[in-house]
Amino acid sequence: MGLLSKKDSKLILDPLADNNPITIQVLGICSALAITAQLKASIVMAISVMAVLGIGNVVISLMRNIIPSKIRIIVQLVVVAALVIIVDQILKAFAYSLSKELSVFIGLIITNCIIMGRFEAFALGNGPWRSFLDGIGNAAGYGLILIIVGFFRELLGSGTLLGFQVLGDPIQKTGLYAIGYENNGFMLLSPMALIIVGLIIWVQRAKNKDLIEE
Amino acid sequence: MAKNTDKNSYTIIFAIVMVVVVGSLLAGVAQGLKSKITLNERYEKMQNILYAMGVNDNEGEGDVTFVPTDKVEETFHKYIKQQLVIQGDDVTENDEAYLIDLKKEETKAKDSNYKRRLPLFIGEKDGETIYVIPMRGKGLWDAIWGFVALDKSFTVQGVFFDHKGETPGLGAEIKQRYFMDDFKGEAILDNDVFKGITVAKGNNDPINENKMDNKVDAIAGATITGNGVTAMIKKDVRMYLPYLKSLNN
Repeated sequence: MGLLSKKDSKLILDPLADNNPITIQVLGICSALAITAQLKASIVMAISVMAVLGIGNVVISLMRNIIPSKIRIIVQLVVVAALVIIVDQILKAFAYSLSKELSVFIGLIITNCIIMGRFEAFALGNGPWRSFLDGIGNAAGYGLILIIVGFFRELLGSGTLLGFQVLGDPIQKTGLYAIGYENNGFMLLSPMALIIVGLIIWVQRAKNKDLIEE
Repeated sequence: MAKNTDKNSYTIIFAIVMVVVVGSLLAGVAQGLKSKITLNERYEKMQNILYAMGVNDNEGEGDVTFVPTDKVEETFHKYIKQQLVIQGDDVTENDEAYLIDLKKEETKAKDSNYKRRLPLFIGEKDGETIYVIPMRGKGLWDAIWGFVALDKSFTVQGVFFDHKGETPGLGAEIKQRYFMDDFKGEAILDNDVFKGITVAKGNNDPINENKMDNKVDAIAGATITGNGVTAMIKKDVRMYLPYLKSLNN
């Protein structure tokens, strides 16, 4: 690798599969359930988390030697909350319609356990550049699962992808609906996201036996 | 680092410095961007009111596009002929009626001596007079609000809904075109009795062919948000009826 050393590229690639934050570390499940009813929402959330986790990891990493260990969790919370509020305000001022679109997500980022998890587990003990890579990698791994889950939930639940009716019109009975296909309303409810995540975990562990716990 | 970060005094000083730094940073950002944000919010209200009365830049099916922000002020004044504030029997014209905060009015109205100020926008489109009524209610997680545009015969000409934090894909769908378009042409009266419009489950009319049934088809999985919309229309449009009826006589 020209750009990144082997160790550094591992930081980005590992969380995509063998150390995925959702399927292996089981972090960030809450938002994975809440917002994956649509593919678009999943993509937006993935990008937002990537930005916040990347920057947040760098900030925490720069401060790692001066943060008192007794209140480090509070410091992490303050950093992520401040970052999110600043991003929110800037969006409201310069990209108002985008900020309307994101509405709940911005708030949800603060409560996302992946962010606190990576601050605590990685940024507090590593330099800024490696922390940045770790943040991007983990956010990408998280986003990947979100997008897979969002894809299936929107396709099977609403018959659309990114809002486009790919299976035909359920009311006019065209496309697949003409031969009696129906949308599965269950897919729109959060528990189905958990089942899909479960299926992903199953597939992943069936392919890579090393991941199976004793 | 030789610094002892475990000492209590260090911890306290760190906390104080952090709070001061972060606090002033956030206050600075908020103050610096405030004027721009307020302006955006004003434009948004104008866009919403215009959208409800059918003035928008929608292209094709499923698209919800407002009048662009650089033209919204001009368009707003072109289409909205009068902005009224109804307070009890008093009706006054007020060019800033669209800025009235419904939430504050609702709180003040809990005091029975206070006569709630009701903003009403009278617009004109294609030669028809249209009354736009603002509404505010509760969804599943947080506030929902919107505007409903009525013509003289109390038929809905258009609606606009928005929400603060409804579930994406479920309750948040109330701001989608297919849901809002369903309201067009619905009657809010049934033989002169106020019925509002019910967001109904188990509706036998999913394509919404019957416009006189005071019902539109609900969104699957968004029962509570749907009920919120029903309640909001019932509660807020009702307050305007006496005035609107007096206009027709």
